[in-house]
Amino acid sequence: MLILIKGGRVIDPGNLDGIMDILIEDGKIKEQGSGIRGQGSGVEKQGLGVSQGLGIGGQNSKLKIIDASGKFVVPGLIDMHVHFREPGHEYKETIKTGCLSAAFGGFTAVCTMPNTNPVTDNAQVAEYILKKARLANTVRVYPVAAISPGLKGKGLCEYGELKEAGVIAFSDDGNPVVDSQLMRRALEYAKGFGLPIISHCEQLDLVAGGVMNEGALATRMGLAGIPNAAESIMVMRDIALCELTGASLHIAHVSTAESVRAIRDAKKRGIPVTAETAPHYFSLTEKAVEEYNTNAKMNPPLRSEHDRKAVLEGLSDGTIDVVATDHAPHSSIEKEVEFDRAANGIIGLETSVSLSLKLVQNSIISIVDLVEKMSTNPAKILGLDHGIKKGKPADITIIDPDITYKVDAAGFQSLSRNTPFDGWDMKGKAILTMVGGNVVFER
Amino acid sequence: MRFTKKDILDMESLSVDEINLILNTANRMKEISIRPIKKVPTLRGKTVVLFFHEPSTRTRISFDIAAKRLSADSLSISANSSSIVKGETLADTVRNLEAMNPDIIVLRHSFAGTPHLLARLVKSSIINAGDGMHAHPTQALLDLMTVREKKGKISGLRIAIIGDISHSRVARSNITGFTKMGAEVVIAGPLTMIPKGIESLGASVRYNVDEAICDADVIMMLRIQKERQKSFLFSTEREYSKVYGLTQERVENARSDVLIMHPGPVNRGVEIACEVVDGPYSIILDQVTNGVAVRMALLYLISGGTRNADTD
Repeated sequence: MLILIKGGRVIDPGNLDGIMDILIEDGKIKEQGSGIRGQGSGVEKQGLGVSQGLGIGGQNSKLKIIDASGKFVVPGLIDMHVHFREPGHEYKETIKTGCLSAAFGGFTAVCTMPNTNPVTDNAQVAEYILKKARLANTVRVYPVAAISPGLKGKGLCEYGELKEAGVIAFSDDGNPVVDSQLMRRALEYAKGFGLPIISHCEQLDLVAGGVMNEGALATRMGLAGIPNAAESIMVMRDIALCELTGASLHIAHVSTAESVRAIRDAKKRGIPVTAETAPHYFSLTEKAVEEYNTNAKMNPPLRSEHDRKAVLEGLSDGTIDVVATDHAPHSSIEKEVEFDRAANGIIGLETSVSLSLKLVQNSIISIVDLVEKMSTNPAKILGLDHGIKKGKPADITIIDPDITYKVDAAGFQSLSRNTPFDGWDMKGKAILTMVGGNVVFER
Repeated sequence: MRFTKKDILDMESLSVDEINLILNTANRMKEISIRPIKKVPTLRGKTVVLFFHEPSTRTRISFDIAAKRLSADSLSISANSSSIVKGETLADTVRNLEAMNPDIIVLRHSFAGTPHLLARLVKSSIINAGDGMHAHPTQALLDLMTVREKKGKISGLRIAIIGDISHSRVARSNITGFTKMGAEVVIAGPLTMIPKGIESLGASVRYNVDEAICDADVIMMLRIQKERQKSFLFSTEREYSKVYGLTQERVENARSDVLIMHPGPVNRGVEIACEVVDGPYSIILDQVTNGVAVRMALLYLISGGTRNADTD
């Protein structure tokens, strides 16, 4: 079975950039270059369009051609921060619906956070997730396991056994690791297995019941505020521990100017820290919570315009390595309630590419930078062998930068609808997602 | 002028004209409460649900009396008598209430923005009787009414609000209400209790109580809650009353025509001295009296009444 992706701008940062063709055979990249002609007899389909169920007929008997002219052809996007609610809260999202949502958003792989129920703190839960992912047979799922049993911050999980089960990073995401000694030991212990620690930075004493960004708007709305320092204090602590241990540390969902500055300084000094932000932190400010909009309630909270600009700078100068969505599905049971009681988080998989393309449209970063932040860098941090290279699995995303549309949350693949971006006008989106040569989404 | 608002959610959403209409209507309503027969048939056949999701005595009784004096049927539900203790969401509880066709739901809730949530969900009118730290519009209106009654005006006056501004919905609604009506509002209290960006509501901050009250026409003291000590907002009640409390000595140094207000409940001897509560400048009980009149006015106006209530 042969697939030829023709005439797109192939961007694999540090490897390829140019108009070329990619030939895929049996799920693997066979060749890339210009003017490739498939060797199969008879072309089955022209234009952008490949039906699923490849492999019908004899090997090499058919050639499918995907016309990608005017499109970006990039190594499969990786969202290294999602919450699929299985096991535990399958009414919000299952691994199957989460994977579909990822595929529709242009992602070929996701990292699922461990705050499931039971918590992903042992090999059995990790294996269960991977089994469900195999059954879903859509995108690749890499489970992140807990740093500490039950996310309680009292001890270390069995990192060795978890790694063997298929876990690729550790995080107590949702909860900070309060105990600095535990954080130090987790970094050291994980380093021994060659896996990174992903840190959710939040000083709970300073959060003190806060539900939105601290400032004039919170004061006017009568809501308790969360100061920027609640995040940056722990970012600074973790950078100090990263320096102490030399272990690989990834800071999740950076939202404040102070955090960006601390990470920038740390990188200048050669400390092996990496960082991500989410599309909502560069697309929205605290103003989105006006009218007590629970679909704009998240943790860390949406911040001020000053912070949003600092996040943009961090993206632009490379301080922030990764765009990850923190896809956090919740139903109306958690969201159609009093603002203080509403659950934190929004879904992001199906809006991430379009929101991130706005960065390119607004000349904040280049399209190459974008591919780095959504594919190359997550792969590097997670130690995944990734990219458009001969012999590699064909994990490929095709992005149409010109297509315009209006976000319609009701049509999402995700089981949940908690997005503040419903109705937004977008330009550009993923139009085809291919995992190991299988087209898992096509517009 | 016709009153067209469906809900009374906060002072921000009321215009100067609407506030004046409410206060003028309240002035007329006030007389009903001193008649021998304190009842007019104006809201006969209207149903007013008093949904108090947080303990309250004064405000709930004030609304109840207001509804009854206008002949509306009023009934009270509290959080522990409602299905919320059985795990029903607030939205569902209110949708069920709505199904029984009440006209007005008066809501008190410990979380900010809850009246706004319900106003989006139901067709009944929602009156906010206090939501978390956000707003207490009926308190601000009764305070405006009381000051206007005593001073003959609001515009140009200087109002000093002293105490825990951070946790006070009364402070927020009064800052918005008094500045909207042309008064100047200064606030003072421990800096731990002055929330970030409060100036954006129109108040100016003083670090020192004496400075804040020296030429104030009105001094409004806020209740200090003892449990705030645990979150490090103040040192001791002893020091609080000395540095931030309204002592007799401070009143003596204030303007000779100063008015002393307090939304209650009062902590005698903590934020305000006993002799000040009971003294000649105190209009604390006038506030309570006017509370009934303001709430009658709101129930009447929001029901879309066009006749003058007191002509019935």
